[in-house]
Amino acid sequence: MHAVNRRRAFVVLASFLPFARRAFAQANAHISTTDPLVFSFTKGASVMPGRVTLELPLIADTGFSVPMTVRVDSPMTDRDYVKTILLLAERNPVRDACWFYLGPRTARAEVASRIRLNGSQRVVAIAELSDGTFWSAARPVEVREAACTESE
Amino acid sequence: MTIARIQLPERIARGDAVEVRVVIQHPMETGFRVDAGKRVARNAIHSLVCRYNGAEVFRATLSPGVAANPYIRFYTRAVDSGELEFWWLDDDGVEGQVRTPIVVL
Repeated sequence: MHAVNRRRAFVVLASFLPFARRAFAQANAHISTTDPLVFSFTKGASVMPGRVTLELPLIADTGFSVPMTVRVDSPMTDRDYVKTILLLAERNPVRDACWFYLGPRTARAEVASRIRLNGSQRVVAIAELSDGTFWSAARPVEVREAACTESE
Repeated sequence: MTIARIQLPERIARGDAVEVRVVIQHPMETGFRVDAGKRVARNAIHSLVCRYNGAEVFRATLSPGVAANPYIRFYTRAVDSGELEFWWLDDDGVEGQVRTPIVVL
């Protein structure tokens, strides 16, 4: 009787395993959380896809100045706000292009800038919310003329 | 000398999300560029802070990954009339500052 119950419990648990594994894999699908730069930010926490919108052109004629907008779905109240946004250009010599530190007084979780891209690559935005969760978005950008090349 | 410019909407009401746009004239030298056979030393603005009546509302850590003449747009809540102030520091240790009055209706 006891053994049967235990076996049944095992079967039930085992049947959930693939789902659990898939959920875990999806949480960090965008990004390597063991990457030293990402780890320095997330301290090993999982990074979920979603809530972040990254606006970048699909094709940039020049990598010297690429318009970028990052937006996070957050009410930006005293209790619930975006703390930090990291913009990661994966193939740039300096990968952390910019860090934005927001707070409840930043009325909207939206920041725009112009960045440099050293060739076609994926750009990732990771946002840390006040509740300690991390969310991200990634966009591929095709760059016709890379920055960081000699201008002569 | 660095020149910077802050742009705010014309009409700002209390409680509004104010779009703040700032452009700073700065080369943001990457340190990878070669000029006349010599490597140009890195010189980029790395710290940028925005204060609204003395209280910090926005801060950014930049790198040479930001285009020359860095442009940043963000939003802040209009609480009171007063002053919006930007302060920054580059790799050469040169500080910069720009202020603009903000009038809240």
